[in-house]
Amino acid sequence: MVSNSETKSNKFLLAAKYVVRSLAFPLFAIFISFFVAVFFVMWSKGYGITQYFTALTDLIGIIITGSFGSTDQTLQTMNYVTPLIFTGIASAVSFKCGIFNIGVEGQFTLGILAAAVVGQIHGLSPIVHIPLIILSGTVAGGLWGSIPGFLKAKLGINEVINCIMLNYIAMYVVNFVIMRTPAGIHGKGQTPIIQDSAKLMKLNGVSFGIIIALICAVVVFWLLWKTTKGYEIRAVGINPHASEYGGINISKNIIFAMVLSGAIAGLGGAVHLSGTVYMTTDLLSFIGYGMDGIAVALLAKSNPIGCIPSALLFGTLESSSRILQINNIPKEVVYLIQSVVIVFVATDYIVDYFKEKKRKKGAVVNG
Amino acid sequence: MDKFTLVVSIVAATLRMATPLIFTGLGGVFSENAGVVNIGLEGMMITGAFFAVLGSFLTGSPLVGILFAAAAGGLIAALHAFLSINLRADQVISGTAINLFATAFASFMIFKVFNTGGQTNIVHSLSYNIPKFIQNIPILGTLLGGLNWFVYFALVLVFVTDFVLYKTPFGLRIRAVGEHPSAADTLGINVYKIRYTCVILSGMLAGIGGASLSIGISNLFREGMTAGRGYIALAALIFGNWKPKGTMWACLLFAFGSALQINAQMMSFQLPDEIYAMFPYVLTMLALAGFVGKTTAPAADGIPYIKGKR
Repeated sequence: MVSNSETKSNKFLLAAKYVVRSLAFPLFAIFISFFVAVFFVMWSKGYGITQYFTALTDLIGIIITGSFGSTDQTLQTMNYVTPLIFTGIASAVSFKCGIFNIGVEGQFTLGILAAAVVGQIHGLSPIVHIPLIILSGTVAGGLWGSIPGFLKAKLGINEVINCIMLNYIAMYVVNFVIMRTPAGIHGKGQTPIIQDSAKLMKLNGVSFGIIIALICAVVVFWLLWKTTKGYEIRAVGINPHASEYGGINISKNIIFAMVLSGAIAGLGGAVHLSGTVYMTTDLLSFIGYGMDGIAVALLAKSNPIGCIPSALLFGTLESSSRILQINNIPKEVVYLIQSVVIVFVATDYIVDYFKEKKRKKGAVVNG
Repeated sequence: MDKFTLVVSIVAATLRMATPLIFTGLGGVFSENAGVVNIGLEGMMITGAFFAVLGSFLTGSPLVGILFAAAAGGLIAALHAFLSINLRADQVISGTAINLFATAFASFMIFKVFNTGGQTNIVHSLSYNIPKFIQNIPILGTLLGGLNWFVYFALVLVFVTDFVLYKTPFGLRIRAVGEHPSAADTLGINVYKIRYTCVILSGMLAGIGGASLSIGISNLFREGMTAGRGYIALAALIFGNWKPKGTMWACLLFAFGSALQINAQMMSFQLPDEIYAMFPYVLTMLALAGFVGKTTAPAADGIPYIKGKR
C-alpha cells in the first residue's frame, strides 16, 4: 500500500518534470537565438572571432542596463511589455483553434484608432469614459477579426492572406481617418491628445494596463482550459474532423476564436492608447506589436499564462533597441533574435527526431 | 493630357507594377505545385530587392545586381526548404520567420553597408533605351517607353513556366510530388530533391521580382519598399488557380489598382490617396472571396512528406 505522502511527492515530482520539460525547449530557443545574434553584434562592431564573449557581454549588458538600468527605465519597459501580453494572448487564442491569425497587427491598430476617436469625447466622467474607451477598442478589434474568421468558416478561404490584407487596409483606414476627418488635427498627421477623463490611471508611472493584461491572461487561460467553449476551441484546433464527429460546430468555433482573438488585440490597442501614448500619428508602416505578438505566443507555446514571461522577454528587447542603436549595434538585432526564436519553435520536430532515433537504437539492442 | 494617352499610360503602369508580382507569383507556382506553401515570398522579395541594389552598388552593373538578387533569394529559400522539408516545420510559421528575418536583415545591412537608416544610396538601375524610331510610333511608342526590360522578361517567363510545368518530364514530376508524394516516391522520383529545387527556384524568382522593384522601377532600396507585394503575389497565385497564366492575369488585375493610383491626378474623378492605396488589398480579398470556390490547391500543398509513412 502506498502512503499518502508518497503519492503526493510523486505527483510533485511529475509536475516538476513536466515544468522542466515544457520550459527546456523555449529556453533552448532563446539561448540559440542569442548565440546567433552575437555574430551580428560582432559584425556590426567589427570584433574578431576571439572577442565572442566580449560581444555577448556587450549585448546582454546593454539590454539589461537599457531596460532595467534605472527605475525609470524599468517602468518604461513595462509599457512595452503590456501591449505584447495582449497581442501574444490574441495570437495564442487563434493558434489554439488551429488558425493563424496574422492579422493581430491590424486588429490592434484599429483598437488604437477607435480609442483615439472615442477618447476625444468631451464632458464624460472617468467612470463612464474609461470603460467606454476600452470597450470601443475591443469591439473594433473584434469586428476586424470577425471578417477573416467569417470568410474562413463560411467560404473556406485561407485566413492568412485575408489577415495580411486587412493589416494593410487597417493602416490606410487609420491614415484616412487622421488625414481626412475631423478626428485628426488638420495638417498635422496625428490625433489630438485624449481627454483626461479617458486616461487610464498610473501606478508610479506604470500604466494600470499591465494589471488588465495580467487579468486578461488569467481569464483566457480559464476560458480555454476550464470551460466547455474552450474545450471546443481546442478540440477544433487539434483535430477538426474528430471534433465535428463529436458534435462540435467547426465554423461557429472558428468565428468565435477569431472574434475573441481580435477583441483581445483591440483591447490591447485601446489600453496602449489610453494608458501610454494618448494619441496616434498617421502610419507609414506597421506599429509592430501585432507581429511581435506572434513570436510571443509561439515562444509561450500558445499558453496565455506563458505569454507573460514571453512578452517580458520581447518587451525588454524592444525597449533596449534605442540604447543598442546608441552603442552602434543596429536595433534590428532585436528582430533577428525574434526570427531565430520563431524558427526554433516552429521546428520542434527536432525534439521528436532525436527521441525517435533513441527509440530505434533501443529496438536494435533489444532485438 | 487627352483620354487616349491616359489609357496608354495606365496600361503601361499596369504592366510595370505587375512585373514584380508576376516574378514572385511564378516563384509561388513552382513552390506550391511541388507541395511547399511559401508565405516567405515577401521576405525573399525584400532580400532580392536589397541585394540587387548591393550588387549594382559594388560593381556598378545592374546585371550583376540581378544575379545577386537571384542568389540571395535562392539562399534564403534554401533555409525555408530545409526547415519545411527536412525539419517538417509548420510552413506558414517558417515563412513568417523568414519574412521577419529578411526585413531585419535588410535593415541591418543598410546600416552596415551604407551607414544610413531606412534607405540605401542611389545606384545604377537597369537602363532601358529603346530606339528613337520606335518611340516616335504614336501609341506603341508611348506604351513601350513606359516599360522596362523586366516587363518583357516577366511576360516571357510566364510562358516558359507554363511550358516547363505542363510539357516537360520535370514539370510532371513537380506536379506529381505536389499531388501525391508517396506515389511519386514509389515511381522513383526523389520527392525531397524536387521540392528543394522548386523552393530554391521560387526564392530566386522572388529575388528577381524584388530586383525588378529596386533596380527596375526605382533605383534604390527603401525599408517597406515591397509593401506586402509578396503576399499579394501569393493571393494572385491562389486566384490564378496555381497555374502560371492564371497567376499572370491575377497579377495584372491587382497591378491595375496601383496603376490607377499612379495616374489618379490625371483623371477627372478624384479619390483620396488612402482609398487608392487600399485598392489592391481590397481587390485581393474580393477576388479570393468571389472566385476561390472554383480553385483547387495541389493536394499535398503544405503537408510535409515523411518517407516510409502511410
